[in-house]
Amino acid sequence: MRAGAFRAEAPVAPILSVRGLTKRYGGRVGCEDVGFDLYPGEVMGIVGESGSGKSTLLNCLAGHLRPDAGEVLFDLGKDGMRDTLALSEPERRRLARTDWAFVHQNPRDGLRMTVSAGGNVGERLMAVGARNYGAIRASALDWLGRVEIAADRIDDRPAAFSGGMQQRLQIARNLVTGPRLVFMDEPTGGLDVSVQARLLDLLRGLVRDMGLSAVIVTHDLAVVRLLAHRLMVMKGGRVVETGLTDQVLDDPQHGYTQLLVSSVLQV
Amino acid sequence: MTQAEIRGEAPGADYTFAYLDEQTKRMIRRALLKALAVPGYQVPFASREMPMPYGWGTGGVQVSAAVLTPEDTLKVIDQGADDTTNAVSIRKFFQKTAGIAVTEHTGEATVIQTRHRIPEAPLTEGQILVYQVPIPEPLRFLEPRETETRRMHALEEYGLMHVKLYEDIARHGEIATAYAYPVKIEGRYVMDPSPIPKFDNPKLRMAAIQLFGAGREQRIYALPPYTEVVSLDFEDHPFVPGKAEGACALCGSETSYLDEVIVDDRGGRMFVCSDTDYCAGRRAAGYRGEMAAEEGGA
Repeated sequence: MRAGAFRAEAPVAPILSVRGLTKRYGGRVGCEDVGFDLYPGEVMGIVGESGSGKSTLLNCLAGHLRPDAGEVLFDLGKDGMRDTLALSEPERRRLARTDWAFVHQNPRDGLRMTVSAGGNVGERLMAVGARNYGAIRASALDWLGRVEIAADRIDDRPAAFSGGMQQRLQIARNLVTGPRLVFMDEPTGGLDVSVQARLLDLLRGLVRDMGLSAVIVTHDLAVVRLLAHRLMVMKGGRVVETGLTDQVLDDPQHGYTQLLVSSVLQV
Repeated sequence: MTQAEIRGEAPGADYTFAYLDEQTKRMIRRALLKALAVPGYQVPFASREMPMPYGWGTGGVQVSAAVLTPEDTLKVIDQGADDTTNAVSIRKFFQKTAGIAVTEHTGEATVIQTRHRIPEAPLTEGQILVYQVPIPEPLRFLEPRETETRRMHALEEYGLMHVKLYEDIARHGEIATAYAYPVKIEGRYVMDPSPIPKFDNPKLRMAAIQLFGAGREQRIYALPPYTEVVSLDFEDHPFVPGKAEGACALCGSETSYLDEVIVDDRGGRMFVCSDTDYCAGRRAAGYRGEMAAEEGGA
C-alpha cells in the first residue's frame, strides 16, 4: 500500500502533470504557482488549513474553475499528454464522466437526491451510452455491494440514506465507469469517526483494487496518513512542503507543517 | 395598416388580421423558419401577452396567428375534442380576429391547433399542425438550471433523459411515462412532443408541418414533414405506444385513442374516442359501438 511498493516498478509516465497553476480571485490569491506530477496508482494528499487554496486547486484541476495561468496535463492514452484547459468543452465534459471522477465533500452536491440509488449509479453509464436496463441495473447492484449498501436499498432515494451511506453512494456513482483519476474534496468531512474509518477502509480497498490515481483534499491528517502516498502542504495559496506522507508527517520541515502536525489532538 | 385595409376592405376593423401586429408575426415567422431548419431545437422568441391566461395556449395561438392566411381553414382541438372550452374559445378568437373559415373536420382544415392530441386521421402535405406546449424543455424536471439544460442540448448530453426512464422501470416495472414521452429528432435533439399521449408518438413522423409554441416559456420548435422521430427507450424495455384496452362505446373503433368516462357512481364507465371528429365520422359512416343507441343520435 505504501508508496515504496509502487515506486519499485519501472519508471512510468505521470498520469497528471500540473505546472505553474495559478488562480486569483481579483486581487486575492486562490492558489499560486502550484506544480506536481501524479503517477498511475498514486494517491496525492493535499492538506492545509481553511482558506489555504486547496479546494481552489482541486476545482482548477477538475475543470470546475478556470485557472488564470498554468497547465494541467492529463494522459489521454492514445492522444498522449494533453492540456485539459485547452480541450474543448465537449471533450472536457466527456473526460469528466469517463476517465475522471469527483467526490464532493457534501454528498448532496454530487448526488441526484430525487433519483433512486440505482439511478444515481446508472447515470454515468447511461451518459456514456448504456441502453440496456438489465445491464445497468446489474452494474448498479454490483457497485452498491462494493460500497456496502444493501441490495434492497437500490430503489430508495439518497434522502433516505444516512450521511455515510450517501457518501458511499456518491463514491459508487463516480467509480462505476472505471475512471483512472479521482478528485476527492474532504471525502470524510462531516462524518463521525467510526463511519469515517469504514469509509477510509473502503476507499483504500477501491484505490488499490482498481489501481486508481487520486488527489485528495482534506484538513484531516489521519485521512492522508491512511490513504495518501505523497503529501502536499498548502498555506496561503502556496505549496510549502511536499514529500512522502510518512516523511512529511513524522519529520515536518516547514514551520507551518510542524504547527499543523502538532495541532492534532492525541487521544 | 390592417390586413382588412390591405385587402381593400373597409377600415375600422378592430384588430389586425389574426390579432397580432405584423412586426410580431414577422418575428414569430423568423423563429419558425429557424425552428424548421433545426428540427427539435428550441428557438427563443419574444412571446407576447395574449388575451388569455398562460396555460390556455398562448404559444399555440401566437404560432397560429403567424401562419394563418385569409384563405386558411382552421380547426382547433383540445384533448382531441372540437367542442371543449379551450377549443371553442380559440376557434372563436380567430373567427373574430381573422375572419377565417373554421371546421371540425380534420381533412378540411389547413391549419389545426391542438392541445394534447394528434388527430386520428392521417394529416396530409400542405396541412400545418400547431401544438400548445406548456413546458418545452424535456430535461426540465431532471435539471432545473436553464443554463445547464442548454449546454446539455448543445453537447448532446442526454444520459439524464434515460435516468428518468430508468426510474420509471425501477419504480413501476415498465416505462410509466404515458404522455410528453421524450423523443429524439433526426438523431440529434431530444424533444418534448408536448403532453400528447405516447400513443401518438409514432404519428409524429408525418406529412404535415408540425409547429410547437410555448408562450410562457417563450420557445418555438418544429418538425418539418417526414422528420425522423424516435421515442427513447431501453434495449430490453422497448417503447410501447399504449392505449386503454377496449373499443369506443359510440363508434366501436378499437384503434383510436380512448378517453375513459365515468358514467355513474357504481363503477360504470365507458370508453369513447378522444378525437370527436374521427368518432363522428365513423358513426356517420354507419359504425356503431355498444352504447351508441343510448346516445340518442349524438
